Amino acid sequence: MTAVPVPVGRRFAWSSWQRVAAVAAVLGVAVVYVAFRGQYALPHDDDAGVFRALNAVRDWVDDNRNSSPVFLFFVNQIRLGAGTLFDTLQAVLQGMGWLGVTAAVGALALVLAGWRTALLAVAGFLAFGILGLWEESIDTLALTLTAVLLSLAIGVPLGILAGRSARFGRLISPVLDVMQIMPTFAYLAPMALIFLIGAPAAAIATLIFAIPPAIRITALGIRGVPNASVEAATSMGSTRWQLLRKVQLPMARRTIVLAVNQTIMMALAMVVITALIDAPGLGENIIQALERVNVGNAFDAGLAIVIMAIVLDRVTVRASERVETRNRAGRSSSAARRRALLLGAAAVAGLAIAAGLATPQGRDFPEAWSFSFAQPVNTVVEWVETNLFALTDAVKNFLTAWLLNPLQEVLTTAPWWLVVVVAFGLGLRVSGLGPALTVAGCLVAVAGLGLWQHGMETLTTVLVAAVLTLAGGIVLGVVAARSPRYAAIQRPFLDAAQTMPSFVYLLPAVALFGATRFTAIVASVIYAVPPVIRLVEDGIRGVPPTVVEAATAAGSTKTQLLWKVQLPMARRGLLLAANQGIVMVLAMVVVGGLVGAGALGYDVVAGFAQREDFGKGLAAGVAIVLLGVMLDRITQGAGGRSAAEQAARHAG
Amino acid sequence: MKGSTRARLVAGMAVLGLLLAACSGAKTETGSGSAGSGSQGGTVKMAINPWVGYEANAAVVDYLLENELGYKVENKNLKEEVAWQGFETGEVDVIIENWGHEDLKKTYIQDKKVAVEVGPTGNDGIIGWYVPAWMTEQYPDITKWQNLNKYADLFKTSESGGKGQFLAGDPSFVTNDAALIENLKLNFKVVYSGSEAAIIKAALQAGQQRKPLLFYFYEPQWAHAQAKFVRIELPAYTTGCDADPKKVACDYPPYVLDKIASKKFADTGGKAYTLIKNFKWANADQNEVSNAMTNDKLSAEQAAKKWVDAHKDVWQAWIPTS
Repeated sequence: MTAVPVPVGRRFAWSSWQRVAAVAAVLGVAVVYVAFRGQYALPHDDDAGVFRALNAVRDWVDDNRNSSPVFLFFVNQIRLGAGTLFDTLQAVLQGMGWLGVTAAVGALALVLAGWRTALLAVAGFLAFGILGLWEESIDTLALTLTAVLLSLAIGVPLGILAGRSARFGRLISPVLDVMQIMPTFAYLAPMALIFLIGAPAAAIATLIFAIPPAIRITALGIRGVPNASVEAATSMGSTRWQLLRKVQLPMARRTIVLAVNQTIMMALAMVVITALIDAPGLGENIIQALERVNVGNAFDAGLAIVIMAIVLDRVTVRASERVETRNRAGRSSSAARRRALLLGAAAVAGLAIAAGLATPQGRDFPEAWSFSFAQPVNTVVEWVETNLFALTDAVKNFLTAWLLNPLQEVLTTAPWWLVVVVAFGLGLRVSGLGPALTVAGCLVAVAGLGLWQHGMETLTTVLVAAVLTLAGGIVLGVVAARSPRYAAIQRPFLDAAQTMPSFVYLLPAVALFGATRFTAIVASVIYAVPPVIRLVEDGIRGVPPTVVEAATAAGSTKTQLLWKVQLPMARRGLLLAANQGIVMVLAMVVVGGLVGAGALGYDVVAGFAQREDFGKGLAAGVAIVLLGVMLDRITQGAGGRSAAEQAARHAG
Repeated sequence: MKGSTRARLVAGMAVLGLLLAACSGAKTETGSGSAGSGSQGGTVKMAINPWVGYEANAAVVDYLLENELGYKVENKNLKEEVAWQGFETGEVDVIIENWGHEDLKKTYIQDKKVAVEVGPTGNDGIIGWYVPAWMTEQYPDITKWQNLNKYADLFKTSESGGKGQFLAGDPSFVTNDAALIENLKLNFKVVYSGSEAAIIKAALQAGQQRKPLLFYFYEPQWAHAQAKFVRIELPAYTTGCDADPKKVACDYPPYVLDKIASKKFADTGGKAYTLIKNFKWANADQNEVSNAMTNDKLSAEQAAKKWVDAHKDVWQAWIPTS
């Protein structure tokens, strides 16, 4: 057994002169702020030069779409490829009818993942029909599969490359960061410009969002293959290609299946947004329901998306687990049984597909089996809106007056250079010189984009949402870590909160909290809390039981155990939770713009809606990315290690 | 070894073959198959902008094109911007309800010459500032803009920074609200709700729960059937008073809602184009279909059928005779 590492808590132990210096710094900043308040605050100008320059780019694309070789040989081919793939998948899936598709999915799940998952899959697909959303669900499935297949086709090779070559990995990492943080809304208009509209453009937009996990996780898997195995293979004379095919890929198989899983999840998150560029499927149902302010209908479609996410998630996760156990157990034991199962499943599926192709009953879902949640949901929502309004309004007003407005006041009236200096100092203290320079650079870039004021307003909302997310996430995560029963009850709610499209609960949120920044914060917290809870729970459970026993034996109370042992040792998990929470909150900034948060989120939405605001929208998207990078760099060092310390640890 | 060399050769030839095939390049013209022929069975590509009034127009025109003239209609859900872009790329044949958009008309009709105006729909669009009806009962003089400052306190919210709140909606509608507030010296602040759904929700709630709300809204709109809203009287509109967006101090002009079609569709659309050109109805008609879709929860097709069955005298005149 390896020794348990003792957390180094000395990072923040300050000598007396450091303490004096810190107090002096804070006082100094306060004095400068008061002196220069309101000056150099860079107010917003809709006509900034950067916006006009970006508009000029748009005009160029418009003019050159059918003549520039970049388009003819590259862009348009991509579009054709994606379009053909989608059309094929859609034709096949729609043609098989509900009976055929359900049976095929069940058979596939049975072979890959076991009978329990197969049952879940069949139940899920039946649910699509029962909700009356069969055709739309199949369209969404076809679109998701198109995007996922393309992502994997491009992402897995790139991931392998990144796994084998550290240089390449470092090169593409910032690009992947941008692809993940950049709000989709921001590049939706350029996407419609370059790839036009419809299913192909939607598939490509989804691809951009879903490819980073494919690349990253594959790289992780390749790198995770033990060095010993690689050395053994090379010493026996394998070429690089043989090494890849016979050693690295098989041993990374489980991680690659995880990459598939995450890619699917990311792709499903894009269903509603792509409906804005005419993507077929459930997204359109939700947008239409929003137009009519009918939360119940939106809930039905949202539920279908949640079910699809759960089914696909369980199938891929179980498949990866089975691959692992099969690898370990050896293949000889149940080969005959497996072959029989395969044949049996194929036969049943074949019959069902034939039935689906041949008979109308097998093709169109029977209308008699239908149930919709629209009515009950609408009733509940109406009750909540009428009766809870007084309470929610009071909470909103209180938090806005005492937390949101003061912070926004300070950030937007302070001179911009003061904010940059303070952020630089914070980054220096917490993370080191390199990250601090990045932090300062990001803020200066935001100012350079002409979006300082909106950037500060958005930063306020993001900070408040992040603080609330972390507070709630840590509390609930600790509770879940202590009580497995509560954790089991909480899990499905977390799943739903993460996969249910936020558009579904936006309208009740507007009814309860008004069209305000607070509504945006509430929506962000709902979306960002699940991963935080999960990571905190995981981190605390990961504390070795020997340490817990030792502490209890020494006489700690439960509170002391939590604060002095579990939380400090779970620091790594807590840090990752904080980082993930911030990324998820940032992902909701644009959605917040649709419900009254204004600032950068609204700018991005406006850029999509108005031709003359295209430049502003794109610049706002970039600004959101910059804020994300800035916050990430500040928090990355909070684990108590500066860059120098990290280097020392790796060397030793 | 031999197998893998052969496999590599085959793969290489396949790639080369694909490259050769691709070398001709690909344009984004969607080619034939659109409403080229004037005969039965052509296809019309209709953009569907995301508001219910538009859907009402589209539903009825779709129904008539399919059932009376035998066309197939392809609906594409798009915001206005993207829909206009579709004229150029051939993905969109017609926009069946257009609210102004002089800038887009200039770009696509005058400069690029890929679109044409097809005449009014018969609906008049009225944009303006609205308050829920209960406020006019309690404060009868609130409908005059000069008295708004007196009531500014009523409209204060957590977002308006001590001033009264003016709730604006979807950024796709061009608005003069910020300029109006400044030029009329009103003690209000524009808060951008960001989406039409949010503003409809706020408006309905203000009516049902008797909350003060001053907001940007318009007619025809289905929400007017669920709650009554009253328009505020701003200084009357005169031609040219909104020429400089920064100096606007007058009310919104009435919008003559019209139809826009791609030039290609106008030239080759045959009977489908003629039907669309003849399409013209009143605000009451559109509201009837809109209400059926939102309040009675009918599908677009059902609502259209209901209207068509009840108003043969109106639509018979649109059908081209030759």
